[in-house]
Amino acid sequence: MLRTQKLGEADRIVTLLTREHGRVRCVARGVRKTSSRIGARLEPFSHVDIQLYSGKSLDNVSQVETLASHGARLSGDYGAWTAGTAMLETAERMTPEEREPSVQQYALLVSGLRSLAGNEHSATLILDAYLLRSLAVAGWSPSFDQCAKCGAPGPHRAFAVAAGGMVCPTCRPPGSAAPSQGAVQLLGALLSGDWTRADSAQMRVQREASGLVAAFLQWHLEHQLRSLRLVDRQ
Amino acid sequence: MYEGIVQDLIDELGRLPGVGPKSAQRIAFHILAADPVDVLRLADTLRQVKDQVRFCEVCGNVAQEQQCRICRDPRRDVSILCVVEEPKDVVAIEKTREFRGKYHVLGGAISPIDGIGPDDLRIRELMARLADTTVTEVILATDPNLEGEATATYLARLIAPMGLTVSRLASGLPVGGDLEYADEVTLGRAFAGRRALS
Repeated sequence: MLRTQKLGEADRIVTLLTREHGRVRCVARGVRKTSSRIGARLEPFSHVDIQLYSGKSLDNVSQVETLASHGARLSGDYGAWTAGTAMLETAERMTPEEREPSVQQYALLVSGLRSLAGNEHSATLILDAYLLRSLAVAGWSPSFDQCAKCGAPGPHRAFAVAAGGMVCPTCRPPGSAAPSQGAVQLLGALLSGDWTRADSAQMRVQREASGLVAAFLQWHLEHQLRSLRLVDRQ
Repeated sequence: MYEGIVQDLIDELGRLPGVGPKSAQRIAFHILAADPVDVLRLADTLRQVKDQVRFCEVCGNVAQEQQCRICRDPRRDVSILCVVEEPKDVVAIEKTREFRGKYHVLGGAISPIDGIGPDDLRIRELMARLADTTVTEVILATDPNLEGEATATYLARLIAPMGLTVSRLASGLPVGGDLEYADEVTLGRAFAGRRALS
């Protein structure tokens, strides 16, 4: 479950990311009433088994079974909830076409939310790892250990969002950022899943890396994620 | 399409929440057929609502004066403050006749995916009210959905250092329902929030 929007008196439009049918929007009738049997199952962050039937413009929800409900755990931790919300919005943006299967984005989101709800690592580290991998799945994998333009082996000192990651002195465009070596190493660790190294990163380095990830994401999505600026990083 | 002003009326009615094109057409023809006195009374009421109704400067509830009826009432308990999302939540709680304290209306819930953060709600005003030592307990009565729960978590974190009692409305089984029909999330909450009888 990615998102819900109010519809009419007691209905909701719900947006789902499904394994086989990509992003799907459908109508859940009467779920805002306290007597609804499925309203609690149709909350963002829920991993559900759902049955839909065809409607005029949007499909309608007929049955829902909960596979995993991460909402209660996340809403009790404001930082994790805001990070998770940014993950949901990213998943929605990364699947612009409805009903276009996106198995990798689906699997990435499910595992990311499970890790977030399980409190396996810092919420912002999980978010940044998810964003980097989601970009990689979409074909925008950033390069951290070789020049993104000419492929010259690194380490390099300049980071150019438009070029696709770290760039060598020859390829470096004007206005490139010069991140610390620690931030670059952290980004590489998050992309490759080296959690031992990622978990040991200092808070200052984590913030620097988060800034680079946000810039990289915004460049490729050509759109600012509304939830990203509201992520609680305390 | 109808001629000029009739179509304008249908279009305007169709912009109201929950009113589709067919309903708008039905209401428009009801207005055309209605007694002119009734229609003028409706028009006057709409104009008066826009002219006279404002938000209470203390709690944010709808009011016709600077302060709402509840904030002006000296019989209300000023030591308990109930925090709700919308003015309609105040009406829902007032119907219970269980609460005699005062309210604070946030104007919504935190919703990062819609770009609504803590600064977009009346949280600063809430903290200013709590700085006054008259309030000893805060009841967080935001909606029992994820955004409401997360907003309550955020507020509890802000209020905790002030040493006030912070409580959250209970969640659980609806009165008059059968246990077997409860969904697992609600039933789980009911178990977590069970109370001792002896």
